[in-house]
Amino acid sequence: MLKFTEDHEWLKIEGDVATVGITEHAAEQLGDLVFVELPEVGAKLEKGGEASTVESVKAASDVYCPLAGEITEVNQAIADDPSLVNSDPTGAGWFFKLKLDDANSANELMDEAAYKSMIG
Amino acid sequence: MDTTADLLKTPLHSLHLELGARMAGFAGYDMPIQYKMGVMQEHLHTRANAGLFDVSHMGQILIRAKSGDVRDAALALEKITPVDVADLKPGRQRYGLFTNEKGGLEDDFMVANRGDHLYLVVNAACKHDDLKRIKAALSETCEIEAQFGRGLIALQGPAAENVLSSYAPEAEDMLFMDVAEIDIAGVPAVVSRSGYTGEDGYEISLPAEETDRIARLLLDDDHVAPIGLGARDSLRLEAGLCLYGNDIDETTTPVEANLKWAIQKVRRTGGAREGGFPGADTILGQFENGASRLRVGLQPAGKAPVRAGAQLFESDSGGAAIGTVTSGGFGPSAGGPVAMGYVPATLATPGTTVFAEVRSKRLELAVAALPFVPSTYKR
Repeated sequence: MLKFTEDHEWLKIEGDVATVGITEHAAEQLGDLVFVELPEVGAKLEKGGEASTVESVKAASDVYCPLAGEITEVNQAIADDPSLVNSDPTGAGWFFKLKLDDANSANELMDEAAYKSMIG
Repeated sequence: MDTTADLLKTPLHSLHLELGARMAGFAGYDMPIQYKMGVMQEHLHTRANAGLFDVSHMGQILIRAKSGDVRDAALALEKITPVDVADLKPGRQRYGLFTNEKGGLEDDFMVANRGDHLYLVVNAACKHDDLKRIKAALSETCEIEAQFGRGLIALQGPAAENVLSSYAPEAEDMLFMDVAEIDIAGVPAVVSRSGYTGEDGYEISLPAEETDRIARLLLDDDHVAPIGLGARDSLRLEAGLCLYGNDIDETTTPVEANLKWAIQKVRRTGGAREGGFPGADTILGQFENGASRLRVGLQPAGKAPVRAGAQLFESDSGGAAIGTVTSGGFGPSAGGPVAMGYVPATLATPGTTVFAEVRSKRLELAVAALPFVPSTYKR
């Protein structure tokens, strides 16, 4: 199941674990990333909490935790090479895996059609 | 934030939109932040080839002495600037500063001796205040003409000489900080060999109605790409050049800002035209006794950019802030984060370790010599 947030994150949900990244639209808007700060594995985050920071040449932006849960895995590859987020935002450029406090909480998020209509 | 409707447009506004620029308000103008290439590639393209920048938002001001002698205009200007204007030879340009009574900086600018008048380029955000300042001090002896509607474009990078010379052969013989009126495709342009990137290049002043045509002509060359304000900022930061409002402002003196080189000996203590500018006591006192803080380059040890506003500390925990980062980001040519800021003079030696607070963490930085990327001016 693929879900999206208004903050331009995507979530690929398998059981109660969500793999989270930023959308192609977000990656394009941010421009070439030069730095990614990932959350700590084991961190428990609330929905809307600051999960990660991405920086382009120009500016820093926050990536928010899309749903409440615990970080179970982070993608060290994007910290080593932030350009992966630009080149493959929905694949190799994923950010972290999140064990959801409530697997049903994902139902409230947008599906792909709703997200696409939001960004126009 | 200005709304788009209130923003002024430069003569190249429709060209920016045509080129797909991402626009934003800057100093009251709707300006291109980046084009389709993106900040990173625009920066690297300028260092490798040539970039074309619209800087028409900046203020162009002409000063003519009523006596007809440009030296009288220069001497009048020296009442409000600590730099040597009177000895500037015809066809030459130099960096200037406007100071206030406390020794702080009101603006930085370029001034050229154009033979029968002085030609100034001042910062966009300061241009109306600068015009008032100049009129207040010089109106008795000089005619002052603001050319705020005129076009100004910068062509910067190693290919700039070949590109401009193909339309105006005289451009090739100019040296860094030379200024001349030359014909570019039938348009009389005031050209200086200077810029704000650390690269060789030119700034080209044009009649508003011809600016678009000349910009398109230069962009026709395969070596030239349009460059937005995003890359302009990262290029000047790598070159160690100050941004007025960030690295220098009304609270920083030229000595603190490490701009002593801009004040020639003739205006310093013991010089033939010593002092006589706002804040001279403070500034010349700091020449004698040193300043308590200094602007320095800062090289973050890690990969995280450290940006303007970050507080600096002497150790990795506790203690009071000792200074502030005034410019910072990622340097595409430096290949990592670069920054500038103010530290106590006792900590200003290159290699000294300081720490910046970023997202509640203390990140290590080394005080670094400027520029981060060597300049390639043609001297």
